[in-house]
Amino acid sequence: MQRRILKKKNLITLISGILIAIAFINKFTIGNTEIFHWALILASILGALPIAIQAYQSLRVKVVSIDVLVTIAVLGAFLIQNYEESAIVTFLFLFGAYLEQRTLNQTRSAIKELIEMAPESALKLMENGEFEEVDIDDVDEGDILLVKTGAKVPVDGTVISGEGYINEASITGESVPVEKKKGSTVYAGTILDNGTLRIVADRVGEDTTFGRIIELVEEAQDSKSEAERFIDRFAKYYTPAVLVIGLVVWLITRDLELAITILVLGCPGALVIGVPVSNVAGIGNGARNGVLLKGSEVINDFSKLDTIVFDKTGTLTMGNPSVAEKEYYGEDIYEALRYLASVESESDHPLAKAVLEEIGDIELLPVENTEVVKGGGIVANVDGHRIAVGNVKLMEREGVDLNENARADIDRFEKNGNSLVLTAVDGQLKILMGVRDQIRPGVKEDLQRLRKLGVKNLIMLSGDNQGTVDLVSRELGLTKAHGNMLPEDKSNYIKKLKEKGQIVAFVGDGVNDSPSIALADIGIAMGGGTDVAIETSDVVLMNSDFSRLPHALGLVKATARNMKQNIFIAIGVVVVLLYSLLFSDWMNMSIGMLVHEGSILAVILNGMRLLRYKLRK
Amino acid sequence: MKSATIQLDTLTCPSCSQKIEGALRNLDGIDKDTIKVLFNSSKVKFDFDEEKISIDEVESEISMLGFEVIKSKVK
Repeated sequence: MQRRILKKKNLITLISGILIAIAFINKFTIGNTEIFHWALILASILGALPIAIQAYQSLRVKVVSIDVLVTIAVLGAFLIQNYEESAIVTFLFLFGAYLEQRTLNQTRSAIKELIEMAPESALKLMENGEFEEVDIDDVDEGDILLVKTGAKVPVDGTVISGEGYINEASITGESVPVEKKKGSTVYAGTILDNGTLRIVADRVGEDTTFGRIIELVEEAQDSKSEAERFIDRFAKYYTPAVLVIGLVVWLITRDLELAITILVLGCPGALVIGVPVSNVAGIGNGARNGVLLKGSEVINDFSKLDTIVFDKTGTLTMGNPSVAEKEYYGEDIYEALRYLASVESESDHPLAKAVLEEIGDIELLPVENTEVVKGGGIVANVDGHRIAVGNVKLMEREGVDLNENARADIDRFEKNGNSLVLTAVDGQLKILMGVRDQIRPGVKEDLQRLRKLGVKNLIMLSGDNQGTVDLVSRELGLTKAHGNMLPEDKSNYIKKLKEKGQIVAFVGDGVNDSPSIALADIGIAMGGGTDVAIETSDVVLMNSDFSRLPHALGLVKATARNMKQNIFIAIGVVVVLLYSLLFSDWMNMSIGMLVHEGSILAVILNGMRLLRYKLRK
Repeated sequence: MKSATIQLDTLTCPSCSQKIEGALRNLDGIDKDTIKVLFNSSKVKFDFDEEKISIDEVESEISMLGFEVIKSKVK
């Protein structure tokens, strides 16, 4: 019975909300007090049921939870027949819980997907010399396992025989399959695209890279909100205190109504809804502006941020190479572009893709006698011309004359961090293209905005070589930039920053970033990234829109301030009310109720300001 | 000492964790400092002394509170 009521909590909330609406519509139109009262009584009883059950369960294990607080307040209000307060308090409490649950469920669905990606069984070599399917828990280090095409690698291990291609997207974020042969290391949770491997288990279960990622995510996701802890701590002493005061007053004055008034006044209505209102409004503003914030804890930490660490690829830069600069030499450039496109359309090299994107729609010609020059490029015949597409080395091999002009352009392109694609027609250089991973438009201005919002350090960590990293860093004016970093180096770096007492945010987009995203005080995922990164993170920037980051920081700062204001309003009003009740004679229940309701209205209106929050440029 | 991980049906109310932790604290044989209720993953982790309490007893205590136990792992 109890459990069934708890399961129907959302329905109860809805009905109780409708009843309250009916009561008030009736009050201001027909004015029938009977209907008004009965609707509110019904709403109170209905709404109080699940709260009272939760309160009973917590008292049973000696926990004075916020449910107990609300139940006592509602009972108090009900006893002095103030059904308005009892109905509204229960409704708001339930509605707040409902909003919390909705955001929670969203956070969770992706964690579930991550956990379901974990391998569940393995083919293990038994004593009789045959492979048998066993539960993943029954695999130990040193066991010999068989991995067939399409199967998940069950452990972190080393290949002892066989060959195959493995998709390691779940670990590295890179979806191009990696070749594995004898001696190669394989990772749990990755998928064997083709081939068959025999491996020996080096690390199993929670010790594998994937297991560690899952554990990090779980631990990170389950830390409790600061505001939540604060209110729980507060309520732990506050509730008994209000009860004791009420009891003492009743014993001394023998005035039950006064004692119950204290309970009603002491009911922290504004406190119960104050923080959730700021929270919901802040999160709502974020959602509307492409920023997903995962809870009030995130908001609190994020607002105190002093260091942001970026993973370069796909964060500060576009993440895929494109043609950044180009030069044409001589005449018949249109023909040369056609030849170039024709040759490149037969290649699957990443540079070829960038070149084709740059040229766009063009009529292709048949390509003959294609020769791929390793470490150089492609040479082929098109339309009776000899076409060479590739780097400077290939041009030299082909005897193409690079004049001073062209040499100067080549130097400049290289200095800017480009990979070069040169095109020669019949030994004459026609086209020079510089391909590089370009900085996202607007990133520079956004970083300045972040500094203005109080971020002291902007740091970039990247797997790319130091030269490329320095180029990007100089262009953007970062505090520091480190290249040649492996995912583990990145998370170690973040650990060190945290040990120095800095509040660190990490912005990334791949699964290989997951440990860093989980470890940082604030993990920020760019939306184009993998599900795992998004689930692990505290903040998601939708559609990989970097310009959302300054807005997010400004918003969380405003939201954190707003929460504190609401807590201050709520506590301040209660203190003033209790004080006035005890030490002045102008205080009575209706004035108290008015101020009390006013304070609830005040925190809601204060919270609603967040919905309109915009970062000042 | 053994360490246990109990997977529960989805937890939805934040005070659930308080209640479960409170209930486990009352049990003899559980190392109180190791009790961890993971709200989002709906898991309970703790170390316990097998000679004083069995995993079944812990499970039934949690079910009494109204939380369904899905599976448990001891090692």
